[in-house]
Amino acid sequence: MSEISFSFDDKLYKGIEGEPMAAALLRSGLLSMTNSIYHDRPRGVIGLGVEEPNAIVQLVSGTKESMLPATVIEVVEGLAACSLTGVGALPQMPDESRYDKTNCFVDTLVIGAGVAGLSAAENELRAGREVLLIDDQSGPGGHLRHLGLEIPASLFDVLHHKNLTYKSRCTAIGLYDQNYVVAIERRTDHLGEAAPASRARIRVWHIRADRVVLAPGAFQRPLIFANNDRPGIMLSHAAATYVAIHRVKIFRKAVVVTVDNQGYRDAVRLHREGVAVQCICDVREEAGGPGVDAAKAAGIPIHFRTTCVDTTGGEEGVLKTVILQNLDTKKNFQIDADLLAVSGGWTPIVDLATHIGIKPKWSEENAAFVVKHSTEKLVTAGMLAGDFGGDDDPAIFFGPELNKEQSLRAYIDLQRDTTLHDLRRAVGAGLSSIEHVKRYTTIGTAHDQGKTSGMLTIGALCQLGNISPGDVGTLSFRPPYVPVPFAALAGRERGLLTDPIRITSLHQWHVEAGAVFEDVGQWKRPWYFPKPGESMEEAVRRECIAAREGVAVMDASTLGKIDIQGADAAVFLDRIYTNMFSTLPEGQCRYGLMCKADGIVFDDGVTTRLGKNHFLMTTTTGGAARVLAWLEEWLQTEWPELKVYCTSVTEHISTIALVGPKSRQLLGELVTDIDLSKEAFPFMHTRMGTIDGIPVRIARISFSGELAFEINVEWSYARYIWERLWSLGIPYNLTAYGTETMHVLRAEKGYIIVGQDTDGTQTPHDLNMSWIVSKKKEFIGKRSFQLPYLKSSGRAQLVGLLTANYEEVIPEGAYITIQNAGADAQGKIPHIGFVTSSYFSPALDRSFALALVADGLGRMGEQIEIPLGKKSLRATICESVFIDKENIRRDS
Amino acid sequence: MLNIPCPYCGLRNETEFHYGAEAGVGYPDPNTLSDSEWAKYLHIRANPKGWLPERWVHFAGCGRWFNLWRNTVTHEIGPAYLPFTTQPKAPDPDSNRDRMEGAKA
Repeated sequence: MSEISFSFDDKLYKGIEGEPMAAALLRSGLLSMTNSIYHDRPRGVIGLGVEEPNAIVQLVSGTKESMLPATVIEVVEGLAACSLTGVGALPQMPDESRYDKTNCFVDTLVIGAGVAGLSAAENELRAGREVLLIDDQSGPGGHLRHLGLEIPASLFDVLHHKNLTYKSRCTAIGLYDQNYVVAIERRTDHLGEAAPASRARIRVWHIRADRVVLAPGAFQRPLIFANNDRPGIMLSHAAATYVAIHRVKIFRKAVVVTVDNQGYRDAVRLHREGVAVQCICDVREEAGGPGVDAAKAAGIPIHFRTTCVDTTGGEEGVLKTVILQNLDTKKNFQIDADLLAVSGGWTPIVDLATHIGIKPKWSEENAAFVVKHSTEKLVTAGMLAGDFGGDDDPAIFFGPELNKEQSLRAYIDLQRDTTLHDLRRAVGAGLSSIEHVKRYTTIGTAHDQGKTSGMLTIGALCQLGNISPGDVGTLSFRPPYVPVPFAALAGRERGLLTDPIRITSLHQWHVEAGAVFEDVGQWKRPWYFPKPGESMEEAVRRECIAAREGVAVMDASTLGKIDIQGADAAVFLDRIYTNMFSTLPEGQCRYGLMCKADGIVFDDGVTTRLGKNHFLMTTTTGGAARVLAWLEEWLQTEWPELKVYCTSVTEHISTIALVGPKSRQLLGELVTDIDLSKEAFPFMHTRMGTIDGIPVRIARISFSGELAFEINVEWSYARYIWERLWSLGIPYNLTAYGTETMHVLRAEKGYIIVGQDTDGTQTPHDLNMSWIVSKKKEFIGKRSFQLPYLKSSGRAQLVGLLTANYEEVIPEGAYITIQNAGADAQGKIPHIGFVTSSYFSPALDRSFALALVADGLGRMGEQIEIPLGKKSLRATICESVFIDKENIRRDS
Repeated sequence: MLNIPCPYCGLRNETEFHYGAEAGVGYPDPNTLSDSEWAKYLHIRANPKGWLPERWVHFAGCGRWFNLWRNTVTHEIGPAYLPFTTQPKAPDPDSNRDRMEGAKA
């Protein structure tokens, strides 16, 4: 063991490599480590591990991780930390450490490598199972380590069994259904500078085990008395361990207050290390057993029916005297001491068991909530199962009676500075449920999640209400058992790896052309293509004019595409779409709308009949996966007799939309084997042809209302076709446009975007699309149109809006009210709808919008108002088609 | 996290599946139902405390729909079965009794 130096609050300390920082600081005499968050009281270490509520520090070196208990940090050369008063600070720089995760499947997972866990592992190995043993300490042994005892030889062999994997510094943070356990393994912090750069700092283990053995052990709990928070007051097991194992030689005179025999054993350990134990105060009437005998043999005075009621402090609030009380005579006496070692009984770590809904049961014998669970899949062992391994004989006692003055400084949750007084107030306010009391007082809501305070709260409630802890019940704990850095959970899925990014085969061209992109689901789509110095508004205006007056081109490859084949494909589409597809001739396209069974519009798109039994469906860009899932659901679960096969071909086919009055002329230079004339190739028809020998399918589909052609080509040829268009397009002033211009163009024509112009409550009728609802056939959703609430008045209907001010574009989502509407009796101005799409139209040279308005289709010409904070816009309700109502341009 | 037995792929994590509510609720003939019967089909599903046959789809796997017994309290998983096949019997209602009792408390 090598001596190292580390810094704490800018001061250098010596320590032994690998020991807890708390031990090294205590050995240096640092009792008062920080001040508490609300009451500003000096506080020091009280515990041994993750239960520590006081000694919370922030690393200044390395990752600068915050809110770490000094009891779990292993000191290494060069480590630097500072104290915190309950609130950590996030580092300003990203954490550059590596984090990774691994999946693991194992016969048996044993959580806890104390004697109980090791014994359980031995049994599992004997039964021929492979075992993963995880433990949050740096080595196996559990309490034995604190006692300085070796693991029994038989159990030591278990650790080296070929079918056992042991992971130290590996904390189970969550137990989930069907034995799914998430654990975090700390792999580098304890190595300091020597840690290999390639090694992940924390590995998150996702473990699925046939059997899980929970042997997490227990925390010692404190007692409630006045001024129970002074530096120098510690849990007895922690005090004895720091003194005996970590050679902390700063205490001269100790008082031990106990409810069980553990206090006697710890008193004896302190005595043997040269601490003058002034007395043991035991709330019980008598006690017996080896620990008690050893204390008597050591000559330590024992006071029965006695406990601590108060303390006084000296410099920096550090413990000076202990005020003790005989519980029967209520007489007080005081003893000077620099250490008050408290043994309030053991609290088994029930957290993981409660994660999956197991309710711990109160055990009078153990004076604790325990989980005795033994099924084929899940077993509890050791202290959690109530096996306290000896003669502890604990009293059910959480603290003496205290007056109001005392209760103000009798702390229950040290991290939240919550006192017995706060608890009494909660009860006084009528709260009796532990879950309500927790939320009212904030007990157990700090970073330690009530590891020491939870049971005290239950105990105090019992004493107030004169009931048994079994009647109060335990808190339900939630994962994670200890705080986990977000960086660990994110692992390598950070930055570009956070979510898949989908790009089209033309993406690189868009990048080179200076496109500004927007995210549409996982897709990156060009939003607009600004020329140098151009604003978005200017670029969109230019793109819109090109599409309406010349020729413009857009990458529409992200449209969802589903290839549908089979003898019953046409029948199937008739049932899916509100309109008829079985009558669609081969080589033609049709716009379709689909509803869910409740009659609400779900998706839309153009579907093309490529052959008698072959259709190509397009969906919205964002809806592709849901639509395919929807089709599959009906085929698999309702109509298995239909011979239909659906295949996603979104990334197989690139779609280039060529739009504008000059699109025919430009395309004609490229495609020579298709007659593109109006007569030979009408709107909503499709033709097969070639461009430079590359097979293409051209379709007259328009999402802009202009004369337009869609070039569909195998994905990898798209860039070539696109470049060819551009090489010929210069004389036409060919213009690339993005999604913003697409939105303006489609809105000018009143073409909806499902999800933007609908909010999940619109039927086709609400969208003024009754023309697409077939009366001749059955389809999903049809029956619902007869339901009264879909026929009633007041439904939100899609309309257009023309603003009074031509220049002012209404914000999308803005509420609409009746003009000059007065406030109702409640002082509210009733709104009648909201704006769904709103743009400036270069073609109309004015602002316009689409909106969902209650009974909107019956309100044509009505003046409405759009209140926007202090100002208010005015607009007129109109039809939702603004351009080319007769479709002359589209069909030209 | 549930460990779900896909009849085609075997045991997989819940994250690979999508939930499809109560199983065995067939699509009725819409035109034979009253408005309230149709609304019931649309919106009402059984939600018992205990074992429930449910529909699941192995969305991130084989993409197939199947049915599965699941205990809504203890999250125990019972047998899986394919659509249009005979439903196996519900598992023992008394299994995992202490978690059922915990839920009652």
